Amino acid sequence: MRSLIKVSSSSPSQTELKQGQANVGLGGVGRSKKHESADKQVAGEAIYVDDRPSLRGELHAAVGQSTQAHANIISMDLSAVKAAEGVIKVITVDDVPGHTDIGPVFPGDPVLAIGKVEYIGQPIFAVAATSYDLARKAVTLAKIEYQELESVLTVKDALAKQNFVRPPATMKRGDSDSAIAKAPHQLSGEIMVGGQEHMYLEGQVSTAEPTEDGGMNIFTSSQHPSEVQKLVAEVLDIPLNKVLVDMRRMGGGFGGKETQAAPWACIAALLANETKRPVKFKLGRMDDMVMTGKRHPFENNYTVGFDDKGQIKGINIEVNGNCGYSPDLSDAIVDRAMFHSDNAYFLDQAKVTGNRCKLNTVSHTAYRGFGGPQGMMTIEMVMDAIARHLGKDPLDIRKVNLYGEQGRDETHYHQTVEHNNLAEIISTLEESSDYQARRKAITKFNQESSILKKGIALTPVKFGISFTAQHLNQAGALVHVYTDGTIHLSHGGTEMGQGLNTKVAQIVAEEFQVDVDTVASSSARTDKVPNSSPTAASSGTDLNGKAAEAAAKIIKQRLIDFACETYQVTAEQVSFANSQVLVGEHMFSFAEFAQMAYMARVSLSSTGFYKTPKIHFDRATGKGRPFFYYATGASVSEVIIDTLTGEYKTLRTDILQDVGHSINPAIDIGQIEGAFVQGMGWLTTEELVWNEQGRLLSNNPATYKIPAINDAPEDFRVALLPDAPNREHTIYNSKAVGEPPFMLGMSVWSALKDAIASVADYKVSPALDTPATPERVLWAVEALKADGKG
Amino acid sequence: MITFTVNDETREFSGDPTTPVLWYLRDEMQLTGPKFGCGMGLCGACTIHLNGVAQRSCILPISAISGSKITTIEGLSKDGEHPVQQAWVEHKVPQCGFCQCGQMMQAASLLASNQTPSDEEIVQGMSGNICRCGTYPRIHKAIKSASKTIAGVEYYVPEKAGEKV
Repeated sequence: MRSLIKVSSSSPSQTELKQGQANVGLGGVGRSKKHESADKQVAGEAIYVDDRPSLRGELHAAVGQSTQAHANIISMDLSAVKAAEGVIKVITVDDVPGHTDIGPVFPGDPVLAIGKVEYIGQPIFAVAATSYDLARKAVTLAKIEYQELESVLTVKDALAKQNFVRPPATMKRGDSDSAIAKAPHQLSGEIMVGGQEHMYLEGQVSTAEPTEDGGMNIFTSSQHPSEVQKLVAEVLDIPLNKVLVDMRRMGGGFGGKETQAAPWACIAALLANETKRPVKFKLGRMDDMVMTGKRHPFENNYTVGFDDKGQIKGINIEVNGNCGYSPDLSDAIVDRAMFHSDNAYFLDQAKVTGNRCKLNTVSHTAYRGFGGPQGMMTIEMVMDAIARHLGKDPLDIRKVNLYGEQGRDETHYHQTVEHNNLAEIISTLEESSDYQARRKAITKFNQESSILKKGIALTPVKFGISFTAQHLNQAGALVHVYTDGTIHLSHGGTEMGQGLNTKVAQIVAEEFQVDVDTVASSSARTDKVPNSSPTAASSGTDLNGKAAEAAAKIIKQRLIDFACETYQVTAEQVSFANSQVLVGEHMFSFAEFAQMAYMARVSLSSTGFYKTPKIHFDRATGKGRPFFYYATGASVSEVIIDTLTGEYKTLRTDILQDVGHSINPAIDIGQIEGAFVQGMGWLTTEELVWNEQGRLLSNNPATYKIPAINDAPEDFRVALLPDAPNREHTIYNSKAVGEPPFMLGMSVWSALKDAIASVADYKVSPALDTPATPERVLWAVEALKADGKG
Repeated sequence: MITFTVNDETREFSGDPTTPVLWYLRDEMQLTGPKFGCGMGLCGACTIHLNGVAQRSCILPISAISGSKITTIEGLSKDGEHPVQQAWVEHKVPQCGFCQCGQMMQAASLLASNQTPSDEEIVQGMSGNICRCGTYPRIHKAIKSASKTIAGVEYYVPEKAGEKV
C-alpha cells in the first residue's frame, strides 16, 4: 500500500502557537487576510485565460460584423475570406449543428446572424485562422449585401412604437393618483440616465479544446461557467456531460461576463468542433466595446405629491430601459430598477411602471447594480427637487422620507423593510463628515466666490440582496481534506477580483480552525461543482460561503463521530483549535487526525449545498419578498465646479457602509472604494455615444473615459458600520458588498447639482442628466443663469 | 537583426520589425505579466521598462528597442522583493489584478526618477494607468509606502539592472 505523508504529531511549540495567533490563519474570518492571489498578482504570475500556454495546433477566431443597425442579409460572398492567408475554416449559422439561439433566459440572440442583423457589430460569420492577426484581417474581406430596414435608435421612438423586448410590468401600492392630487405640492420631471461600458481590463476571451469523445473543454473568462457549459453543449448538440468549463480568474467582470462571455465561447467551440483543433477567441478592445452589451441607459420620469415637510404622499414613476435588440437579462434588470425606485425612502402610495424598450443597438446586460442604480436616480432627483421647491437642505428632505417604523416600512412591492438602520447610518455620517459645518462653509464660500462654486450632498443607499429569479439563489461546494491536513476547496462562484475565493477559504479554515493558507482554492469547474448560478447580484460569498461551510461541517462531523467512537468520548469533548484536534485528553495535529481518520476509512471529502431562505416574489401581482435582506450605506461628497467651463473636482468623500460582520474588512473596504469610484465614473465622465446610424462612437479608451487616479476624491474616507451583524442568518452574519456601494457615487452627482443650484441661490433644482460631464454641468449652469435673467 | 535584452537576457529578433514588443514578450518569451488591455497605449496594462523608463509595450515596435534594455514585471525583482511589489501586497492593492503589473512598473519607474514624490506627483505620474476595479486609493498609499522604503534602503535601480546577474 502507499504510505502516508509524514506529518508532525507533536503539539506545536509556543512560538508556532504565537505565529498561529499572529497570522490567524486559524479560521481567519473577520480578519483582513490578503487576497489569495496577491503574491502571484504582484509577481506577474497570476494566470488569466490569455496567459495560458498555447495548446498544440491552436487557432484564433474572429467574426465578421454587421455594418447595419437593422437589415436583411441579401447575399453573402465569403470567397475572399476563405481564400485569405492562414484561414482554416469559415462558418455561418448554417454550420451550427445544434441550437442557433443562445439567448440566456429568453430566445433572441442568434450565435451568428440568421438572415438579418439587428445592430452594428452583430457577428455574421466566424473564421478560424493560424494567427490572431490573420483571423482579424480575413473577416474584413467579406462582401455582404443588405436590405436596410427601419431602425429604432431612441427610447422615445421605441416607446412610441411600443417596441419592447419583454412586456411592461407594474408594481403598485395604494392609490398614487389620488394621493398625488390631494397632496399640498406636486412636481414632475424626467431624467436621462446614461449607460456604462464595463471596460474590464481583460477583454472577453475563451479557448475551446476538443476532447476525445466529441466533447469540449472551455477555458473562459466568465461569471457563469454553467451557462457557458449549457450553451456550448446546445450549439454543438451534445449532452452537458461532454462539456467542461474551467474558470480560474477574471481580469474584471462587473456583470459584463455574466451572459456575454458565452457567445465567444460558443463560437470558439463551433470552430474547434469543425477543425478538431483548439481555438482561442479573444476580442480586441474596440470589438469588445462594439459587440458586447453595456449597462442599460434609462429614461425615467415621475410625478410626485408631497406635504409642507417635503414628505412624499404619492408618486408615479416610469422607468424605461434601453435594452438593445434582445431580452438578454433585461426583464430582471428593469425589474430591479423598479424595485429600487424607492432607494431608501417610503413612497406610501406608489405606482412604478417599467418598460423594456427594444432598440437596434447591442443587447444591454448586467452591470454592477443590475438596473438598481438607474432606478434610484429618479427618486434621488425627486429629493433634490422637493428640497429646492420648499427651500430646504436636500438632506432634510432625504431624512424625512426614510423608511421608518410600522406604517412607514413597506415597499411598493410589499416587502417589509426590516432591521432598517438608515437613520442611524445617516446621522453618524452627518456627524463624522462634519456635514453641517461644511454646509455653512460652502454657503459662505459660494457667496464670496463668483466663478468657482462648491456643493455637498449626502445620499443613502438601500440595496436588495438576492437574485430576483428565485432558483438562482442556490450554491454548491466541494471540500476535500487530504492526508497531509491540507484542504482543497471548489465552489460554484467565480473569482473576478472581489476576493470571493479568499473569503470562502477563510470560512472553511474557520470551520476546521486551521490556517487559511492550508486551504487551496481551485478554478470554478463545471465537473466539480455542477449547475452553479452566476457569480452576480453581490451574492457570491452569501451563497458559496454557506455551501462551503456546509461541506466543511459534514466532514467535521465525520471526524467528530470518528473521535467519539475511537476514544469513547462525547461530541462535546472533541474540539478543533489552533490546527489541532482535541479529543478528551488527547491532542493531535489536524493533519495527524486526518490521517487517522483516513486509515479508519472515514470519508474526507464532501459536497455542500445552500439555498437562500424566506424569499418569494410573484411577478404577476408585483408582490412578495424578493430580497433576503437589504445592504445599506451612505456617502457624503463635496465638489467644486468652474461655472465658466463646467469642469469640476471631487474634493472629499466620506462613506459609511453596513457590511454586517465583515468576513474580511480589507477586502470589503477595497470593494467599497472601487465601487464608489466606478459609480462616480458612471455618473460623471463615462459617456456612451451612438451616432444616428446606430454606430457606437465611444468605442475605445480614448473616446470613453473611465476614472483615473486623478479623478478619485482627493480626500477619501471609508468606514464600516461597527458592531452590526446581519440580523438574518447569512454566513457569519455578514452582508453583501459587491454592488451596494456602487450607488454611493450618486452623492457626487447630487453635490454637483448642489453647486450648480448655488448659481440661482438654491431656488431651482437644476436638470442634470448623466453622465454629468463638464459639458452638461456647464449647460446646467447656463440654463440657471438664463432663468435668472428671464 | 534586432538585438536587445529582456530581463538581462540577450535576445535577437529577425521577424517583422513592426511587431509590438508586447506580442514578442507574451508570445515568444511567455512573459505574460505585461497584459494586452487596449492595444492602443491608452490603458497602461502592458507597461514595461525601456532602459529603466516606463513605456507602453503594446504600441512599441520591436524595431525601436534595438540595443535597449527591456524589463518586465518578471524581471523587476527576483522574488517579488522590490519595494513596490512589497507595498502592493502590504496595502492589498490588487483586486482582479489585470492592470497591476502595469501599475507597478509605472510606479517603479516613477520612484526611480523621484524617490519621494509628492501626492500631486504620484497622481500625475500614475494618471495614464487605468484600473477598472478602482484601486486608486491603495495604489496611492502603496507608492507612498514604497517611497519610504526606497528612500532608505538599497533597491532595484532600473538603469543598473544590466549589471546584475
